[in-house]
Amino acid sequence: MDKGKSSKWRDTAILFATLMLFWLMLEGKLEADILIVGTVVSLVIALLYRDGLSFFTEFRFTPAGIIAGFRYYGYFFKELFKSNFALAAIVLRPSLPIAPGIVKVRTKLKSRMGRLMLANSITLTPGTLTVEMEGEWLYIHCVTVASADIEAATAEIVSGFESYLEVMYG
Amino acid sequence: MGLILDMIGGLLLVSGASFLLFGGLGLVRMPDIFNRIQAGAKTTTLGTLLTLAGAACLQPAWGLKLLLIGVFLIFTNPVSAQVLANAAHRRGTQKTPLTKVDHLAEDRGDKS
Repeated sequence: MDKGKSSKWRDTAILFATLMLFWLMLEGKLEADILIVGTVVSLVIALLYRDGLSFFTEFRFTPAGIIAGFRYYGYFFKELFKSNFALAAIVLRPSLPIAPGIVKVRTKLKSRMGRLMLANSITLTPGTLTVEMEGEWLYIHCVTVASADIEAATAEIVSGFESYLEVMYG
Repeated sequence: MGLILDMIGGLLLVSGASFLLFGGLGLVRMPDIFNRIQAGAKTTTLGTLLTLAGAACLQPAWGLKLLLIGVFLIFTNPVSAQVLANAAHRRGTQKTPLTKVDHLAEDRGDKS
């Protein structure tokens, strides 16, 4: 991925701010020595890992992006609950009704962070687990394979999260 | 107010623990490693999150730190599950005979 110099500094600044926020949340108070230690360590890490991914890397700080972010987390928690109840239902059934398999799906997302979030979200939603990712192709292990067809599986597994992540990360 | 918060906290702790129990049951009952990872990854995420939320209700002063733990959990738990599943698949770990399709093995053109 080719990036301009300014966007690289922007990533570094965002990573620094994220680290600093976490550090202050962890410490829970604002004092001179805590601020100094936090600044120095955050700065060093931000400079060393500027090519890495962090929570807000490539995030679009636009109103639409932020609203999509909130809606994404609402949807995410709903799916997380659903997946746990679905799993409990399978595990508690004496016949253990599963028909597992690994299916291939395709994503429209381009950004690295968007794809990472998509893979993570899929893992935490009902009956699906991301096993491998190659470019735009994701290989998903399903507890119950509904359809081995790529288009149908994509619509079923990927589309829900993709619509939000597309606005957030692109 | 304190009593209500205590009750909510207790309820959250119990429901979190129940999901962890189902996850454990899933680990025992599921037939192969991929299905076991599925059981483990989902239930530990929600189970631990509910437990953390319950603890936050009982000890509001810890709220911020517990929230931070929850955030890290949401991001790291699925990653570890994916890495384990990927490693198992690369190694050609035995899949349950119930398995219907495996596009990944087909695309790699290898043993199944």
